[in-house]
Amino acid sequence: MSKHSKKAKAFLKDAGYSEWHDATFWAVREKRDNMSHGLPEWEQLREKASQIKLHTLSHLDQYLEQFASQAEKNGTIVHWAADAAEFNQIVFEILSSHGVKKIVKSKSMLTEECGMNPYLESKGIEVVETDLGERIIQLLGQAPSHIVMPAVHLTPDQVGELFEREGISDEIGNHDPTYLTYRARLSLRNEFLTAGAGMTGANFGIAATGDIVVCTNEGNADMSTSCPKLHIAALGLEKVIPDYDSLAVFQRLLCRSATGQPTTSYTSHFRKARPGAEPMHIILVDNGRSQWIGNQQHWKTLKCIRCGSCMNTCPVYRRSGGYSYSYFIPGPVGVNLGMLRDPRAHSGNVSACTLCKSCQCVCPVKIDLGEQIYQWRQQLPEWGTEPASKRMLCKGMSTVFNHPLLYKTATGVLPKKPFHSLKLDKDE
Amino acid sequence: MKIGLFVPCYVDALFPQVGVASYNLLRYLGVDVEYPKGQTCCGQPMANGGFESQAAPLAQKMEELFQGFDYVVAPSVSCTAFIRHHYPSLLDHECKMAGKCMDIVEFLHDIVKPTAPLGSFPHRVSIHNSCHGVRELGLSSPSEEHIPQFNKIRDLLQLKEGIEIYEPERKDECCGFGGLFCVEESAVSTRMGLDKVRRHAATGAEFITGADCSCLMHQSAIARKNGIQIEFKHVAEILAAGL
Ligand code: SF4
Repeated sequence: MSKHSKKAKAFLKDAGYSEWHDATFWAVREKRDNMSHGLPEWEQLREKASQIKLHTLSHLDQYLEQFASQAEKNGTIVHWAADAAEFNQIVFEILSSHGVKKIVKSKSMLTEECGMNPYLESKGIEVVETDLGERIIQLLGQAPSHIVMPAVHLTPDQVGELFEREGISDEIGNHDPTYLTYRARLSLRNEFLTAGAGMTGANFGIAATGDIVVCTNEGNADMSTSCPKLHIAALGLEKVIPDYDSLAVFQRLLCRSATGQPTTSYTSHFRKARPGAEPMHIILVDNGRSQWIGNQQHWKTLKCIRCGSCMNTCPVYRRSGGYSYSYFIPGPVGVNLGMLRDPRAHSGNVSACTLCKSCQCVCPVKIDLGEQIYQWRQQLPEWGTEPASKRMLCKGMSTVFNHPLLYKTATGVLPKKPFHSLKLDKDE
Repeated sequence: MKIGLFVPCYVDALFPQVGVASYNLLRYLGVDVEYPKGQTCCGQPMANGGFESQAAPLAQKMEELFQGFDYVVAPSVSCTAFIRHHYPSLLDHECKMAGKCMDIVEFLHDIVKPTAPLGSFPHRVSIHNSCHGVRELGLSSPSEEHIPQFNKIRDLLQLKEGIEIYEPERKDECCGFGGLFCVEESAVSTRMGLDKVRRHAATGAEFITGADCSCLMHQSAIARKNGIQIEFKHVAEILAAGL
């Protein structure tokens, strides 16, 4: 049994919960279908988005340079981080040079990837997540179970009890989601007002203008950047796109794919710090990406815009949950990204796929996710991580299939007469 | 036009009646069909499991076995999809199989194009849209994509008089078979199969029908284990019934 399949088995033990989990994500897939079926040009948009990404990734050096020089012209300070350690250090240096003791953060999978929160906390800096889902799992000490809806695996009761323990809600037993959201908002207000810096990720970096674009539903990126005087933005190298025309394509696809809404409630564009604030910092993070671009078989995985729709449609993800995967990004794209990151550590995820290819039909940038997983399976022997029992089984099968006589004998013992031994009318 | 019938290993061994139905159906429709001897397996199970290299000699054998046929027709969407999409990279020379191998539904629908009624089948059936049929061979429009709706299985089944055709809720979600997936990820696989069978049964159908015996085999084992009363028939069996 693979690592994933063991965890999946445990997940499925609670039939009621796993059924709810499956239905919850299927409902998001259906909302996405409603949106995509409402746009006549949907398939053209996907193709266009894929082309733009392929083009940008294959000219990434130029676009990165353009992005960085535009951003500097705007008065932004641009940093380059080769890996997670360098990234964390840069963030810490910026914060300590401004004497910051607390930061508020909007959602960023990149900081998750780099382990930034624990690093900063070890240096005595308080980090407060301000996306509601991220805040909930931060208080629980959990990792996100999904890249867009990080706490969707929790029920209102679990959240209500957490808020009672944390003193966020004061009406004991009131687990109404609207009430809980209201209480979270009150408690976050105070964090926004007392933090020394705001940190955001970015959905896109626009090379032509040096802007970054952040999509949220809660407006928390705007709060994080308009209350404190210092804004730090982190983006992976692959987030850069050429211009606003390309943004228009992605903007139509991203939220429809992700949550089935026509757009996020807030699409925030940042060019430079507001008057009176400190200059804005942008950190461009490599952390493996420049190497992955050179991977002939798998570089296209970098087209991903992190919409999460491949997770929602994946029949295995829905029935095994985000925590059954060893990489911090689950589902089809997570299987692939984990293998790019460290194939030895994450080979246990490649079994989590029936090759149904639903993921590649929803993916807004048309990554051939299922085909990629098939390819990774072929590569397991390179790292010696292919399951021995499967190797034996396949060897046995191939011996039988390569010898028609053996095959005849083997199929001759079955209860039904095999087709090949029947008399056909033409033979008579 | 000479047609070679390919009866994949698991159909040969476990569902010989599907081979017979395919053969009879093609003959009934006036197709010049032959069954070359010495067939075993196309290599798909090993390749999907991660051992593509073990499929290469089988690809070579298939290439030789079906030399001289204009089309190779198989009652199995997953084998056809594997041959079409993966054989070219397995062989170190030009691959003819990839271009001429068709699933029987595709072949009937696109090449033979029968229009006259094919007898009657007065039953309620629920179509199982196998993943590889939908997303690799294009037997029906994938529910994910925004393209005109079609279903070649439904088109053919409509040639049977008295038939009532249904599709389950989540019409093309995977049933969880997935070849070695059902061994390696048995818990998820079983759960997917059960969910699928229940949705088929909820249509009120007496039969679940599809173009891939492996999906049907997986679901029928699960239906039996869970006491769900429903029967399974390959599309070719229904089409050939009573001819
Ligand atoms: S791989 Fe495609 S579907 Fe999956 S998260 Fe990335 S963009 Fe979305």
